[in-house]
Amino acid sequence: MADIALTRSKPRKPPLSIPKGAADGAFITYASLLLAFLYMPVAILIIFSFNDSRVLAWPLSGFTLDWYRTLFANADLLEAVGNSFYVATLSTALALCIGIPAAMALHRFAFPGKALFRRLLLLPIALPGIVTGISMLNFFNLMGFNLNLHTVVLGHATALLAVVVIQVFARLQRLPRSLEEASSDLGANALATFWYVTLPNIKTAIVGSGLLVFVLSFDEIPVTFFLTGRDNTLPMYIYSTMRRGVTPEINAVGTLLILFSVVLILLAAFLTRAPGRKR
Amino acid sequence: MAAIIELDSISKHYGPVVGVNHVDLAVEDGEFLTLLGPSGCGKSTLLRMIGGFEVPTAGTIRIAGADVTAAPPQQRDVNMMFQDYALFPHMTVGKNITYGLERKGIKGTAARDKAEAALELVGLSGMFERHPHQLSGGQRQRVALARAVVREPKVILLDEPLSALDAKLREQMQVELKHMHEKLGITFLMVTHDQTEALVMSDRVVVMEAGEIAQDGTPEDLYERPATPYVANFIGTTNFLSARVVARGAGLVTLEAGNQKLKATDVMPLGGQAIGQIGIRPEKMQILKDTECRPANVLPGTVVETIYQGLALRTVVRISSGEEVLVDEMLRQGMLHSDHPRAGDPVALGVEPHNILLFGAER
Repeated sequence: MADIALTRSKPRKPPLSIPKGAADGAFITYASLLLAFLYMPVAILIIFSFNDSRVLAWPLSGFTLDWYRTLFANADLLEAVGNSFYVATLSTALALCIGIPAAMALHRFAFPGKALFRRLLLLPIALPGIVTGISMLNFFNLMGFNLNLHTVVLGHATALLAVVVIQVFARLQRLPRSLEEASSDLGANALATFWYVTLPNIKTAIVGSGLLVFVLSFDEIPVTFFLTGRDNTLPMYIYSTMRRGVTPEINAVGTLLILFSVVLILLAAFLTRAPGRKR
Repeated sequence: MAAIIELDSISKHYGPVVGVNHVDLAVEDGEFLTLLGPSGCGKSTLLRMIGGFEVPTAGTIRIAGADVTAAPPQQRDVNMMFQDYALFPHMTVGKNITYGLERKGIKGTAARDKAEAALELVGLSGMFERHPHQLSGGQRQRVALARAVVREPKVILLDEPLSALDAKLREQMQVELKHMHEKLGITFLMVTHDQTEALVMSDRVVVMEAGEIAQDGTPEDLYERPATPYVANFIGTTNFLSARVVARGAGLVTLEAGNQKLKATDVMPLGGQAIGQIGIRPEKMQILKDTECRPANVLPGTVVETIYQGLALRTVVRISSGEEVLVDEMLRQGMLHSDHPRAGDPVALGVEPHNILLFGAER
């Protein structure tokens, strides 16, 4: 009722007197500028990673792959990259393993304290990383844990759990209940129904949220800062070397990460493609 | 006749709300039974309890003699055709149909052959590799039927199966489903709020009212001999007039409706109540012409308006008691050749004693 009343009372817009061609032109210019603003820094980063000068300044002095060579000779940096992959992979796996069942429980069952459960699940993403970091640091100290990459994994998975729960829950809500009913009607037990009917229909949400968690964990600093021991992740390493200024080596790392992201996106597109079905 | 489904005093409560109230029902093997009623009358809940999607608050459900009251859907030898068809969007038509076979352990070519046969049965051969979203609404409905049929269940449950189709297709599918039922010999149990659908398709119709069975009978029974004003009103259209008995005897009861005496074939209303009102179907009255011989009952009145319906002409007549009644007449010669009375004209309505339905006082 309220919706109908709203749309009815909405005054009609006066017809625009600007010619259509000019409006389109203005819009395209605006969109181009916006995209340029977003992608120019990335392009500059990639270009400078191939520039053969230590100084980041125009004009470009020449083409070189030296920075990639020094990059692969830098043991500290390589270890940091390895650590970041390790942390991001484990965090993603942990967030998915807890997040998917949590989303299903929220979707399927009515239980006492459900509203509280949902809020508690979603809270960590709203907490500043510093708060999560400090509180977990205190907790691990109290428990007598040694700080290492695994404490970082726990921190990331906690902070990013909500990403998985929100996306998977939203997808489950859009899935008609009758699909699962039809599956059990056709003789499938609960496990078969989940495997053959529910999972394929929430797959894109799982892959999507998994990728997001992976990327967020990969470049996370505040929580990592408090929870890591002697091991450095890549963002922490870059941050520490930044005190001496941006080196072309860092540009090279950045370029490789962009390449990796593109591969990841293509992989996600491949995994979530539904044959003959557009989503 | 053997009962394939037996409901024994089934109730379903949602908190303080009673959805289904002590329903006893036996579905005979091989029949096409329809649960008919307005939304909220408990018909869908009853169907879902038989399918295993809801557990009754009290009572027992037996399918083929076995108590399945608490059994999950996968352990019941019935299959449901869902209102939204519930085809798995990520599977081809073929996979949708073989899904139920594979859960039974029928796999590979055996499953494929059965699925192809089921598709042929519903007139969709060659659609095996299509995806549900590539099909029209009517085709999806057929796939849903094929998916239920292929498992050779004892009963097929149909939840408002035609409600998503447009009027033309719905009419066609009514007959088609009925033929399918005759061909397969499987029991069909359907839920609908559409009285035409129920009358056209079913062997037997159970009319439900507020979680209880209002009347149970063949389509003819329900239309010609509705037990209560509720049924008479829900199935078809009925003119209700308040009336009281003046005299009884010789199979005829004399009634007074308004200031008019009417003779009706004497049948006791359900529950043995005193007769308080009568019902007359609009098409069972006629507007008398001077030349016609007079039937047993004549009601004088004045035409209020006429409503042209193409097939028939509906005339609203105010009778001498002040009540308005509807009269439907087939337009056999077409409207253009009819000398039908217009608004304001005085008319006389004729009705035969056996066409007057007798009901108890309350409505």
